[in-house]
Amino acid sequence: MTHHTSPAIELRGAGKAFRTPSGALHTAVRELDLTVERGEFVAVVGPTGCGKSTTLTLVSGLEEPTEGEVLVGGEPVRGIGGDVGFVFQQDAVFPWRTVLSNVMAGPRFRGVAKTEARERARDWLARVGLSAFEDRYPHQLSGGQRKRVALAATFVNDPSILLMDEPFSALDVQTRALMSDQLLELWAGTGSSVVFVTHDLEESIALADKVVVMTAGPATVKEVFTIDLPRPRKVEEVRLEPRFVEIYREIWSSLGEEVRITRERGTADAA
Amino acid sequence: MPPESVALAQPATKPTDRTAARARAVRNRTLLVQGCRLLVLAAVLGLWEWFARTGVIDPFNFSMPSRIWDQIWTWTAHGTAQGPLGAQIWATLYEALYGWVIGVAAGVLLGIALGRVRFLADVFGPYVKILNAMPRIVLAPIFLIWFGLGPASKIASAVVLVFFPVFFNAFQGAREVDRNLVANARILGASDRRVTFQVVIPSATSWIFTSLHISFGFALIGAIVGEYIGATEGIGLLVANSQGTLNSAGVYAAMVILAVVALAAEGLLTLVEKRLFRWKPVQPGAER
Ligand SMILES: Nc1ncnc2c1ncn2[C@@H]1O[C@H](COP(=O)(O)OP(=O)(O)OP(=O)(O)O)[C@@H](O)[C@H]1O
Ligand SMILES: [Mg+2]
Repeated sequence: MTHHTSPAIELRGAGKAFRTPSGALHTAVRELDLTVERGEFVAVVGPTGCGKSTTLTLVSGLEEPTEGEVLVGGEPVRGIGGDVGFVFQQDAVFPWRTVLSNVMAGPRFRGVAKTEARERARDWLARVGLSAFEDRYPHQLSGGQRKRVALAATFVNDPSILLMDEPFSALDVQTRALMSDQLLELWAGTGSSVVFVTHDLEESIALADKVVVMTAGPATVKEVFTIDLPRPRKVEEVRLEPRFVEIYREIWSSLGEEVRITRERGTADAA
Repeated sequence: MPPESVALAQPATKPTDRTAARARAVRNRTLLVQGCRLLVLAAVLGLWEWFARTGVIDPFNFSMPSRIWDQIWTWTAHGTAQGPLGAQIWATLYEALYGWVIGVAAGVLLGIALGRVRFLADVFGPYVKILNAMPRIVLAPIFLIWFGLGPASKIASAVVLVFFPVFFNAFQGAREVDRNLVANARILGASDRRVTFQVVIPSATSWIFTSLHISFGFALIGAIVGEYIGATEGIGLLVANSQGTLNSAGVYAAMVILAVVALAAEGLLTLVEKRLFRWKPVQPGAER
């Protein structure tokens, strides 16, 4: 019964400290408390280097927290779970596989038969608009096309938890709006829970149900804002609504301070 | 060739004109480079022949191109004292290939294993370093004692020479795999075994191939040195016998034959590599 009532993701006082090459401990994130409900779209914003990517690796099971607990579906995370999808900040498509083969990789790794995997991969390639490119190798694609391959490769696994680390930051403004709309459509169809990391406050408001603002590093959750804009949304249109601007101002007053702290620290380090 | 000449024949507009001019410039440069290459070869051979004939250098020690050519021709037409030339080449090639395959297989296997499994690397690391520091060519006489005059001793020499460069490259390749790719594969559902076979090995192949090029040369050296020390056939023995009968032309002729064999093998390897690395971007200006 707990399975149906427990939230999709829960962080309870989670923290992560890395051991640096010199042997010292570097705290990346600390005392994280965060809940993501089933089917909820949560955006995470925060200054650069504060620990957003680290938070996602904790949820994915790629890294273990050094403090506190991380729960997915009510169970503590132990290793990499089967229903997590992760779109990485850096390019992570396999350069020696063709586009089609890249998208087939997930199902194939999970033991799906070749013909079925190919069918599903073709379906997703069509949805991200890359059907004509299935025989290309990644180095023959543009940065935006590669990102779309990564999206298709993640979605083809049908993850119920979707972690996205600045997936659109490499895209131009028009493609980004297009992809954002596409993402909302895809998400509405799957009912998965999303944690979406971004630098772009506008993007986070346009997409999410909840925007989490993190403090300057070592990060913890500073404030959580509920976005009460009606769905379905079109990102280009929602931006123009008065309520959007209001929310933007409210969140920026919180986020801007952390960004300023980080920037001052950076110049202090440089001096 | 034909497409450009067609383009040239037409009254071309400005851009095609420029393209054609560029193509012509490239063609001229290629011709120039090849012409100069031939010229250098002719000059070296000519000078050598001339110096030897006029007695500037001693033809007994240094031989001369015409004698070397005669020697190769005699061996080809009438066979060597040890039997037909083809059999000698094949004997050496057989030993080198055999040793190369074993050395490469062992090097790749152990390199990947140690690169992937930290524990193995920690245990065996120092031993590999010690073995690598030894001048392994001196093992050739020991192999001769162990394995006798047959091909086995030459194969063993080739294996120890080939193993280390391949091992180190495979090891490095397995270590330097992009962590993001591994993380991505694991998230997508790959088991450890799958990560090794589908991520680590493919990304280590370019490292491994670099070592394959030099290591075939090493395999030939292993086989030749082994034959030189003691054998019943092979090009190394041809060198040893020529030297024994003070036939310097024979030594040079054997070297020429070896060079041709090595180049042919290299060409074959490059061909395989081209097929295997279709996924790689062609580096501008890079040409093997
Ligand atoms: N493997 C690691 N070892 C040591 N330190 C690390 C490691 N990974 C991250 N860090 C450090 O942890 C902090 C947080 O890094 P993280 O990548 O989570 O930041 P981020 O918020 O995603 O930044 P950005 O917005 O620039 O992507 C940084 O100071 C970083 O240097
Ligand atoms: Mg990041």
